[in-house]
Amino acid sequence: MEIKLTLNGKAVTAHIEADTLLLDFVRARGCLSVKRGCETENCGLCTVLLDGKPILSCATLAARAAGHHVQTLEGLQEEAADFVGFIADQGAEQCGFCNPGFVMNTIALLRENPDPTDDEIRAYLAGNLCRCSGYEGQLRGIRAYLDSKKEG
Amino acid sequence: MLTIREYVRAKSLEEAYALAQKRNNVVLGGMGWLNLQKRNVGTAIDLCDLGLDAIEETETDYRVGAMVSLRAFEQHQGLQTLSQGAIAESLKGIVGVQFRNSATVGGSVYARFGFSDVTTILMALEAKVELYKAGVLTMEEFAALPRTQRDILVRIIIPKVRRSICYLSQRNTKTDIPVLTCAVVHREGETFAVVGACPRPAAIYPDGGVLAEGITEETARAFGGKVAAEAVFGSNSRSGADYRRKVAAVLVRRAALALKEQEG
Ligand SMILES: Cc1cc2nc3c(=O)[nH]c(=O)nc-3n(C[C@H](O)[C@H](O)[C@H](O)COP(=O)(O)OP(=O)(O)OC[C@H]3O[C@@H](n4cnc5c(N)ncnc54)[C@H](O)[C@@H]3O)c2cc1C
Ligand code: FES
Ligand code: FES
Repeated sequence: MEIKLTLNGKAVTAHIEADTLLLDFVRARGCLSVKRGCETENCGLCTVLLDGKPILSCATLAARAAGHHVQTLEGLQEEAADFVGFIADQGAEQCGFCNPGFVMNTIALLRENPDPTDDEIRAYLAGNLCRCSGYEGQLRGIRAYLDSKKEG
Repeated sequence: MLTIREYVRAKSLEEAYALAQKRNNVVLGGMGWLNLQKRNVGTAIDLCDLGLDAIEETETDYRVGAMVSLRAFEQHQGLQTLSQGAIAESLKGIVGVQFRNSATVGGSVYARFGFSDVTTILMALEAKVELYKAGVLTMEEFAALPRTQRDILVRIIIPKVRRSICYLSQRNTKTDIPVLTCAVVHREGETFAVVGACPRPAAIYPDGGVLAEGITEETARAFGGKVAAEAVFGSNSRSGADYRRKVAAVLVRRAALALKEQEG
């Protein structure tokens, strides 16, 4: 079947199988930040934005994304650059595997709630698993970023 | 793995219903559950173009379209007020925000999971299920329908009734499937509990007069004990039946006491 959608701002027309997952669709188009971490919808590594909302691309048909806007970290470098340094400064990353999914969902969090409390950050990011358990560092990084913005 | 031969965006409920009658065709909700199944699907029927992703408000109720995401359901201001935050509380442990942006209210109800937080909260809200052919049913009537009856869930209807409600669940880890779900509801002088994930599906337990003198430490404890004695518990990989029975008594007691606090 043929689908048309927008991937990171560019119009894409493609022939796909009915059961092609959005995860495989975007990876085949060079968006390798989107990873297959668990395939059981638990890890958040495959997070993409569909019309601005974070979803799991491992559980979404590419066919359903037809007519919609899909964004991956490849298309959101500038927005991510704002805060990822703060996370690195906290040494939150160990292997870094969870990072793209975590950054994508943090972008969604900060768009929806620019001034979250620690509990709101934890709740929003609950679906992003870090096998190196860097959660506290990630939280400190986001907090440091938010504090730095307040200080201007 | 799910393999799908054909994908169709239904143009009407009638088309979706007709396609759904074939055994190897399947209706897509958010695909959260379907995606984990090993199954060869003939036609995947997508309801996404039928305008079922809206929550409408009438004089008497909220009408939640089958394709409304769990996230939109938990964030809806009117429903939050109606449930005093209990809807958001019931859904917050379901995997994560990304998952809840896709998983639908319709798919969650239609699947009739025993462990469902969604079913428990909807029973507490005395919701009704609207099916395309079978019409409007209570949650209990819907649960009793044979699974061979293939229909399309169109919407969930939640009556605007003044009630106090407290939702609690017990999980082994924060975002795991629950070991037990529990809601206690007080409405028009009546109090009842809904307990689910036993691991059987949720059921309603009236207070049977144990709270007639009001909610106190003792009567709340008695209510918890009564529900724990009446409900049928089973064991699975998450918990044993005895543990579930003990947890049920505690959650019902705590929820009843929280209601009292809420009502002041
Ligand atoms: C990893 C994981 C963890 C979970 N944890 C929890 C939890 O803690 N608590 C909880 O309550 N739930 C939990 N769930 C269940 C989840 O909340 C959803 O209920 C589930 O994903 C089904 O919703 P869906 O929209 O994804 O439906 P789908 O998976 O798309 O569909 C489910 C079933 O319903 C049918 N269907 C869907 N929509 C309709 C319709 N409108 N009419 C007729 N048939 C329809 C489908 O054909 C399918 O048989 C979990 C699920 C997963 C995968
Ligand atoms: S790969 Fe999608 S949630 Fe893990
Ligand atoms: S840093 Fe290794 S998985 Fe998160």
